[in-house]
Amino acid sequence: MSDITKQSLTELVENIKNKKLSSTDVTKAFIQRSEKSSELNAYITDDFTSALDKAKKFDQKPNLDLKLPGIPMAVKDLFCTKNVKTTAGSKILNNFVPTYESTVTENIWHEGAILLGKLNCDEFAMGSSNETSHFGNVQNPIDKNLVPGGSSGGSASAVAGQLTPITIGTDTGGSIRQPASFTGIVGLKPTYGSCSRYGIVAFASSLDQAGPMAQNVKDCALLQEVISTYDSKDSTSINFKRNHYSKELTKNIKGKKIGIPKEYRVDGMPKEIEDLWQKGIQYAKDCGAETIDISLPHTSYALPTYYIVAPAEASSNLARYDGVKYGYRAKGENLIDMYEKTRSEGFGAEVQRRIMIGTYVLSSGYYDAYYLKAQKVRKLIKNDFDEAYKRVDAILTPSTPSSAFKIGEKTNDPVSMYLNDIFTVPVNLAGLPGISIPAGHDTKGYPLGLQIIGKAFDEQNILNIAFAMEEKINFKNKITDWWIK
Amino acid sequence: MSIDLKTIKHISKLSRISVDEKRAEKLADDLNSIFEFIEKLNELKTDDVKPLTSIAETTLKFRSDEIKSKNIREQIIKNSPEDNEDYFVVPKVIE
Repeated sequence: MSDITKQSLTELVENIKNKKLSSTDVTKAFIQRSEKSSELNAYITDDFTSALDKAKKFDQKPNLDLKLPGIPMAVKDLFCTKNVKTTAGSKILNNFVPTYESTVTENIWHEGAILLGKLNCDEFAMGSSNETSHFGNVQNPIDKNLVPGGSSGGSASAVAGQLTPITIGTDTGGSIRQPASFTGIVGLKPTYGSCSRYGIVAFASSLDQAGPMAQNVKDCALLQEVISTYDSKDSTSINFKRNHYSKELTKNIKGKKIGIPKEYRVDGMPKEIEDLWQKGIQYAKDCGAETIDISLPHTSYALPTYYIVAPAEASSNLARYDGVKYGYRAKGENLIDMYEKTRSEGFGAEVQRRIMIGTYVLSSGYYDAYYLKAQKVRKLIKNDFDEAYKRVDAILTPSTPSSAFKIGEKTNDPVSMYLNDIFTVPVNLAGLPGISIPAGHDTKGYPLGLQIIGKAFDEQNILNIAFAMEEKINFKNKITDWWIK
Repeated sequence: MSIDLKTIKHISKLSRISVDEKRAEKLADDLNSIFEFIEKLNELKTDDVKPLTSIAETTLKFRSDEIKSKNIREQIIKNSPEDNEDYFVVPKVIE
């Protein structure tokens, strides 16, 4: 049984299609391993009983033409799942049971996959370590008391720990790529407008994107193919020609021009990150690509811009939590008192902090100085990329400025926590696709990732580069099962 | 620039999040360190830059104004903390 959970998504799909495994075999194996993995705290809500019923039903009349035939899958608890509790990691949604399904998860079930459960995340996806979740922090399968990154920390932990063959996360400033890097897995943040935001608990609407988190690039391409669809229910969904990403995947990247931005060499960056980057450049050359030094001059302004834009949008989006229509309600002496107590008791410290920042930068007298200024700098950041893409096909950078850190290490200093996303945030601000692939280990043996950033709608290209480099890197994740009871 | 307790109280009121004295002090500290970091943007001259308001740079599509979800009253009310027949219940507003 234990061998089943070690298989990649692609292998599992093949084995189910060849009838070497049934959906029940596979679902049972992942449920059993998930049950033994409670110490990781990767799940907020499990749906195991129902998953097993669905697997049995699938096996009675298997449709093997589907892309994810009978594959069990846990998803980030930010996706609304019909009749299955969806909390966004928050007390304020502790009792929320959606009456509808998100488009992205709907696409997944439509291709035959089966919901295993809902995975832990930072509250409203606001965090870089999964420590802001109301349901407790998540352990990184790499080592005890190590954060898995965030906000899709439960998702990263579940894939690296083999509790689910693959998963989906969401990425507003790095929430797929940073945890993927911290846990030694692959994570793709698609182009803004590629995957529908319908039914995803909103954080910052102009930045949020759903994307796959997987053990390898091929699995990642397959899931991207399933989740990326045009959706009229999301007004920012874009109707463009979507590739059959997994079918069109190729390791032939000969002659591709890959940009190396000098501004990503930041002060105080550990030598092992610089070394990893240099190794990455060599791998890209070994694959036949050409590397070119480029400049993205406004890179250092991306984080300050993000910490205006994202909280501003969040403060607006989170105004809906008023204790009236759904979610937690506190008792109050009157309506206003009820609102204020509900939000004070229902939101955690980080979420309150961001709502306050957002409210402040949008408030009368400060709008121009902060919000409008940030929108202008955002334009400059996007222009940097547009300029660079006249000369190159993709850009290669480290995914994070460090490897995973210890639980509690950065919780008292919000700015040092925010600096985690220094290499990922510019990609969201410019609406581009970016993929993090595991590329090596630091001296402590913790995984490190490299990020490949693409042109808008050019997911196929960065998947191809990642696919080619993955073979050269030949990364092996060091999972010891230390948490298994 | 420095965010004082009075400003914190003002933002907390606008945000509809009640904050006691102790929390307000902590929030003031946090926000000041975050804004110190944000001030970096003032290094840039942006007078002639057009703000980026939509990342996709496309105009939003119109759709016809038609009802697609019918009879979902029960679904809408299902998650409310307190309801009475077809209505959400809130603390008394009019004396």
